[in-house]
Amino acid sequence: MSGTLTQGARTTATGARTTTAGRMKAMARAELILLGRHKAGLVTILVMPLILTFASLSVAKGMDLEQYGLSLGTMLIPTALTYVMIGSIYTTLVGTYVTRREELVLKRLRTGEQGDMEILAGTSIAALVAGLVQSVLLLVAGVVLLDAEMPSHVLFVAVGIALGIALAVLLAVATTAFTKSVEGAQLTIAPVMFLSMFGSGLFFPLEALPDTAATICELLPFSPVVELMRGGWSGGLTWTGAMGDVAVVAAWTVLSVYTAKKRFHWEPRR
Amino acid sequence: MTTNAELVIDVEGLRRTYAGGFEAVRSVSLSVARGELFALLGTNGAGKTSTLELLEGLAAPTAGRVRVLGHDPYTQRSQVRPRVGVMLQEGGFPSQLTVLETARMWAGCTSGARPVEEALELVGLGGRRAVRVLQLSGGERRRLDLAMAVLGRPEVLFLDEPTTGLDAEGRHATWELVREMRDEGTTVLLTTHYLEEAEELADRLAIMHEGRIAAEGRVDDVVAAHPSQISFELPPGYHLGDLPPLGTLGVTEHHLSGRTVKLSTQQLQRAATGLLVWADGAGVELRGLDVRSASLEEAFLYIAREAKESTGTTANTTRDEVAAR
Repeated sequence: MSGTLTQGARTTATGARTTTAGRMKAMARAELILLGRHKAGLVTILVMPLILTFASLSVAKGMDLEQYGLSLGTMLIPTALTYVMIGSIYTTLVGTYVTRREELVLKRLRTGEQGDMEILAGTSIAALVAGLVQSVLLLVAGVVLLDAEMPSHVLFVAVGIALGIALAVLLAVATTAFTKSVEGAQLTIAPVMFLSMFGSGLFFPLEALPDTAATICELLPFSPVVELMRGGWSGGLTWTGAMGDVAVVAAWTVLSVYTAKKRFHWEPRR
Repeated sequence: MTTNAELVIDVEGLRRTYAGGFEAVRSVSLSVARGELFALLGTNGAGKTSTLELLEGLAAPTAGRVRVLGHDPYTQRSQVRPRVGVMLQEGGFPSQLTVLETARMWAGCTSGARPVEEALELVGLGGRRAVRVLQLSGGERRRLDLAMAVLGRPEVLFLDEPTTGLDAEGRHATWELVREMRDEGTTVLLTTHYLEEAEELADRLAIMHEGRIAAEGRVDDVVAAHPSQISFELPPGYHLGDLPPLGTLGVTEHHLSGRTVKLSTQQLQRAATGLLVWADGAGVELRGLDVRSASLEEAFLYIAREAKESTGTTANTTRDEVAAR
């Protein structure tokens, strides 16, 4: 070890107190580098929503969407965006949080100046950036390729996207609490993944289901998100309906936060 | 304990019980003054890390009170953290980041951070900046960890086994750095397995055993509380009274169990010489003769042994026994 403690130290102007924004930026930068080096994760993020959207496309093509007041565009664009939320953001983040916890990175971060929420948020930024970029691309591609009209209720669509992304992060934190290892994540993400895929109107509108089944499915975490985006786009959603959707998302948010507070641990259980 | 502005770390009646019911910390009280270097020693599982984590504010104590720089490090985290540097027992850096990227990340999260290059030079990792954490040796990871702990020139430094896994050279370099930090006014609390490390660095130390502090004080005081020992078997046909007067040999305490005599003394040479001259003159052999000078290691072993023999005794009785000697 060379160099002395005071070498140039006192003269430099790096004595500034950190801010939340500054710390988040530092964590986000590290996470972006890590995401870039995690090839398998990157492929998942980029390819998964595309493949799933194409699968949904082939199903939707065989349906009479007009009886539900939908077009191929209003059906599939919300589907694609939701795939980004669950297939990219949610699954990636469960993996990231578990890996950081097992490598004791979360514990180490907790010895620093950043608060707990800041650590979770900072760690999520890379996945969110990737998800956001992809959402924009899918939106553009959807509008162009599926010849979709502009959304009739931009606010509902925007609220749906914002709530969906927030919910994806919170559910990831809650799921991490039940995940013991990176391998275990394959299993623990399955309920949210599959229930959302088949029960939240991604392959077919929930209206196509029998009444009881539809009512139950409407309570799944991403169902209201899909409905806000889809109904907002097609114009088939009323303010009352939108309020109901927001309430369901809010309930899932509260449940996720409660679970995380109760069960989340910051270091591996050995 | 009085609240003193100069007490940078002040802990009273600290307890920590884990979810499974295991009581890792059982009423620990200690205080460290500004600029002091305090070492926490102990056997494996003595509760050193569990205690340290409470001081670092990583968990709330089950009972008791912690003050670091006058604040509760758990509930008043944001007030304490910018002034504290922490080195955990095990890394905690993403394995796929390079040394430089890791340092940049931490510099962005640390108030008053030194330039990262300087921090890496400080621990001799300047030449390894492009290497991923995964590829570092255990010792290099330890040094990276130390660099991150001292990055913000903290007022208080918590080091959990800072030299475990380091070679002799790395260990001495770490001591040098820690000493320099202390000389610049940093208060340091470190845990270690190495008694030599504590003797080398610590102004004061505490020896923990089974969640309690079994001995505490300046190195000299702790050693002095555990005098040198002489033990041997009483030759056949001899009684304790046949030995030269123990007081004149400088023996402060004696103990006979079966035929084994144990003598305690602060003047080992005088006592041993007197005893051997007597044995030579009497023409007897002192079987099982064992002469041990007082040292931190002896004190440590004594405490571990003592506590094992009398499981269930409290730290206080151990301390009283020590004091009584």
